[in-house]
Amino acid sequence: MSEDDARLLEGLRRGDDAAYEELVRSQGGRLLAVTRRILGDEDDARDAVQEAFLSAFKSIDRFQGGSLVSTWLHRIAVNAALMKLRSRRRRPEESIDDLLPKYLDDGHPAQPAVPWKNLSDAQLIRAETRKQVRAAIDQLPEGYRTVLVLRDIEELDTAEAAELLGMTKNAVKTRLHRARQALRGLLDPELQAGGGPPG
Amino acid sequence: MSGSRMTCQELADFLMAYDDGELPGGQRKVFEEHLGVCPPCLTYLETYRETVRLGKSLCDDAEGAPPHECPEELIEAILTARRSGE
Repeated sequence: MSEDDARLLEGLRRGDDAAYEELVRSQGGRLLAVTRRILGDEDDARDAVQEAFLSAFKSIDRFQGGSLVSTWLHRIAVNAALMKLRSRRRRPEESIDDLLPKYLDDGHPAQPAVPWKNLSDAQLIRAETRKQVRAAIDQLPEGYRTVLVLRDIEELDTAEAAELLGMTKNAVKTRLHRARQALRGLLDPELQAGGGPPG
Repeated sequence: MSGSRMTCQELADFLMAYDDGELPGGQRKVFEEHLGVCPPCLTYLETYRETVRLGKSLCDDAEGAPPHECPEELIEAILTARRSGE
């Protein structure tokens, strides 16, 4: 554990108001970004952050310090966002089929893949490129978007994502692959070489 | 493509397993033979990988990720809820 984390943790366990404020100010924005990515709704995202912090405060004595405070909070926020997702009124699962590549009866693609323009690292981190990718991810059906966000953006491993989502590891893998294929299809028109400038 | 024991559709189904090193040896060999003679599948693989890279660019730890601000009213709401023992 870092010295900063140890000092902060000591303050939290003493019930020091300043330590709680420091924790919320230093981690709140990051956790809000996480819950926004999972929930896609500002009010729900803020509620989930509040619930995550309150849950963390209650279990501060049980935090063993085996990970960074930020990592521990990240997991709690992911969990709070998923709980919120489950509590939303159940909607019928949207199909992802329309977003997947199409094949002819002999297994050839109906539309062969066309190369994409080269995106440099500099282009990749441009705000506009990020916005474009985020908008495409938001078009994925919820059950697929959540898996992609947890695995590729929040960097949970397959087992962690499976446990949090109540799915088998194989189901997570299948959903992740389909979500990536669908996302590829959504980005394809913008990124084909010879198209408009990227992001 | 022709003359392969794996169709383009099957190759697309196995992409993630291939990149994760989870394809058994024999299947991996057939997969790579197909890639070697099928430029559209090679392009599909490359753009699939680019898609994953683009997704990961949204991660907070990615280079150039913007700092995230927490709205003051949310900070106050959390600290107030804690003080009131919610």
